[in-house]
Amino acid sequence: MATPTTDHAATPSGPGSEPAAATRRPLVLLVGNPNTGKTTLFNRLTGQNARIGNYPGVTVERRSGSSRLDGNRLVEVIDLPGTYSLSARSAEEQIALWAVLGQGKYERPDLCVFVADAGQLSRNLYLAVQLAELGLPLVVALNMIDEAAENPPNTAAIEQLLGVPCVALSARRGTGMSALLAAMERALEQKPKPDLQIVYPAELLADADKLALSLPAELRSTRGRDRALALWALTSIEEDDELTEIEPGLRKATLELRATSTRDLDHEVIAARYAFIDEHLPQLYRRLERHPRKRALSERADRVLLHPVWGFALFVLVMLVVFQSLFTWSDPAISLVENAFSWLRAGIEARLPASIFRDFVTQGLVSGLGNVLVFLPQILLLFFFIGLLEDSGYMARVAYLMDRIMRSLGLHGRAFVPMMSGFACAVPAILATRTMERQRDRLLTMLVIPLMTCSARLPVYTLIIGALFPPSRAFGFLPVQGLLMVGMYLFATVITLISAGVLGRTVVKGRKVPLILELPPYRLPSLRGTLKMMWERSAVFLKEAGTVILACTVALWVLLSFPRVPQRAAVGAGPVAVQMAQPAPSAPSPIAQSYGGRLGHAIEPALKPLGFDWKIGVGLIGAFAAREVFVATLGLVYGIDDSGGDAAPLRDQLRAETRPDGKPAYTPLMGLSLLVFFAVSCQCMSTLATVKRETKSYRWPAFMFAYMTGMAYLLSFGVFQIGKLLGF
Amino acid sequence: MLLSEIEPGKVVQIAGIGGQSSFRRRLMELGLVPGTRVELVRVAPLGDPVELLVRGASLSIRKAEAGVIEVEQAELVPVEKSAPKTAGLEAGLGV
Repeated sequence: MATPTTDHAATPSGPGSEPAAATRRPLVLLVGNPNTGKTTLFNRLTGQNARIGNYPGVTVERRSGSSRLDGNRLVEVIDLPGTYSLSARSAEEQIALWAVLGQGKYERPDLCVFVADAGQLSRNLYLAVQLAELGLPLVVALNMIDEAAENPPNTAAIEQLLGVPCVALSARRGTGMSALLAAMERALEQKPKPDLQIVYPAELLADADKLALSLPAELRSTRGRDRALALWALTSIEEDDELTEIEPGLRKATLELRATSTRDLDHEVIAARYAFIDEHLPQLYRRLERHPRKRALSERADRVLLHPVWGFALFVLVMLVVFQSLFTWSDPAISLVENAFSWLRAGIEARLPASIFRDFVTQGLVSGLGNVLVFLPQILLLFFFIGLLEDSGYMARVAYLMDRIMRSLGLHGRAFVPMMSGFACAVPAILATRTMERQRDRLLTMLVIPLMTCSARLPVYTLIIGALFPPSRAFGFLPVQGLLMVGMYLFATVITLISAGVLGRTVVKGRKVPLILELPPYRLPSLRGTLKMMWERSAVFLKEAGTVILACTVALWVLLSFPRVPQRAAVGAGPVAVQMAQPAPSAPSPIAQSYGGRLGHAIEPALKPLGFDWKIGVGLIGAFAAREVFVATLGLVYGIDDSGGDAAPLRDQLRAETRPDGKPAYTPLMGLSLLVFFAVSCQCMSTLATVKRETKSYRWPAFMFAYMTGMAYLLSFGVFQIGKLLGF
Repeated sequence: MLLSEIEPGKVVQIAGIGGQSSFRRRLMELGLVPGTRVELVRVAPLGDPVELLVRGASLSIRKAEAGVIEVEQAELVPVEKSAPKTAGLEAGLGV
């Protein structure tokens, strides 16, 4: 509750309002608990014109769109993140209160629509009470009325209880929508004033009135609202909270009050509200159970789905389908994208005369676009499954089943699906961290996901293992090459676990929050909602991460193509021309003379202790575009045309490569060092671009690059030096 | 007694919540105020977390946190006939 730097009345176009101030549309907020079908209702209201953005200062998604009410009036609708309460300890949780008040950078709403699960009012009403206490113009929408058909709540009684209009509807089926639109229309004309009487202890009210004196002037209004805000401060502000823009005077007064009071203030506030709800609940339902049962169908399903044996078996099956499809179903689509872009490149090369411009178009722009679009199949597939899992309620069960394992990483169960997706590709996996509520958990998960062995590492592993390790068997029966491959997966998993443990205790600040996970009732997933989400995620990725990836591709192309060598050598990218130009085995290919090649030479002293020479160095630079590009770049360094996609000539070349003294340049030990380097280093600009998009800062991708590459360097260094000492 | 000591299928009522204040407040805001009935529905297959039924909603919290929730015998435990069937299965996996 700081004094805002700009008065919101003077600047109605905060980040939340793109429409010009002249045609200002009334602003409607959707507020409610998680799992109440808020987003379904939002989609119903806004149809095709929803936009995704971010709330200022935090990486919490903000969805907005316009909706036409009955009287043909257009309103702007914002879907607030689901919350159980307005009280907050973090900047993320603070969004709810700031948004409903129109505080700070938020535009003041004209109406709040409180969305509740009609079958679960006993808990949902807590948030409604908080909103009503603030005196906000309010309409109550009892969603999922179809599920509460045998014991529907009495809307008239709710209207009486809170003093605001209440309509029953089912956003999924579309019933009751016109009643809601009409109620919203009326509410915009004559703002409904909530009116409710909650009996707080007299001492608490005295405390609240005293605390209200410290509220910033622009927040003070009626006595009731001042009290409500004081109670908010009392249940939110703490020594170690992570709230922003809190007036220092208010913070000080609150902390003093909390410290000096001998009473249990949290309990007094919360218990009084629940006493109010419990007292009136019998009037809201025809029949009231003292201990409402879990919805029968969900309970029956959970007896199987959370069963120690059957539940786990089904869980493994579901996850197998999800991750198998990420690998195999996406494959044809990925090939299709790749082939389409090679075809496009070939077509342009055939039609344009050889020039820098042509190379820029084919190797920079077209390759860059290909580098972006190649992620789409996996992103679409992963979000298709996430949508179904989330919508059906099974995702919460995944978190419940896996929490014990993820806990040992300092994460909670919701991190499981993003982490596993990392085995396919870090880019969709990082996008999938959106399913976690807390910024700290998201960040920590994001930072370790790229350590999982993604599928782009496989071609590199295959090349190195195939070239430098004998196809022999250890102990007479274990294939060395296969063993190494399995070993790399295990190694990467262990490194991931250790990194998560260390980062979670050091770099990723933020208090550890105990797990509180709601297991919502099972529901039939909506295909439309899922498709919509797939599209939204992909669009955001293409637009925001895509541009960075494209720019990096062009930059890498410049690095590896300039300065241009004389025409004779440039044409001679093929092995024949190389032989003609210079018979020596180390014939300089064009790439060797580029800035990238020179950079490779320049960093050779740093790479020597790892066992790498400058050629590997150039390969590592090229691999920044994507790990598998290492193979092609190394091919270019050796002047081997990779157009056939066959790694065999390169493999032979690596084996045949010798040092000046005649010994083989690349030994199995150096191969192991290189494998370790590839397992751990952050060689993927697309991952960094995605992290930049998701964290809205350059700091985290920079940190990710530094910590991963630094760790890779140290580990490779250790492997190579210790191996040398041991005489390998 | 503590919520972590309750057998699956039992209905008790909240007596008080300890632990760090933000966790305590969050649980109370989810409706776990003194006097509220809570059922410990089941324990997750790997032994943690536990699933609770409060005010008709399923919440799951970890055992360590269930250990700071003081519960007492629910007054007038409702007669529940269907519970024993699963209780037998789940009692076997207690931790």
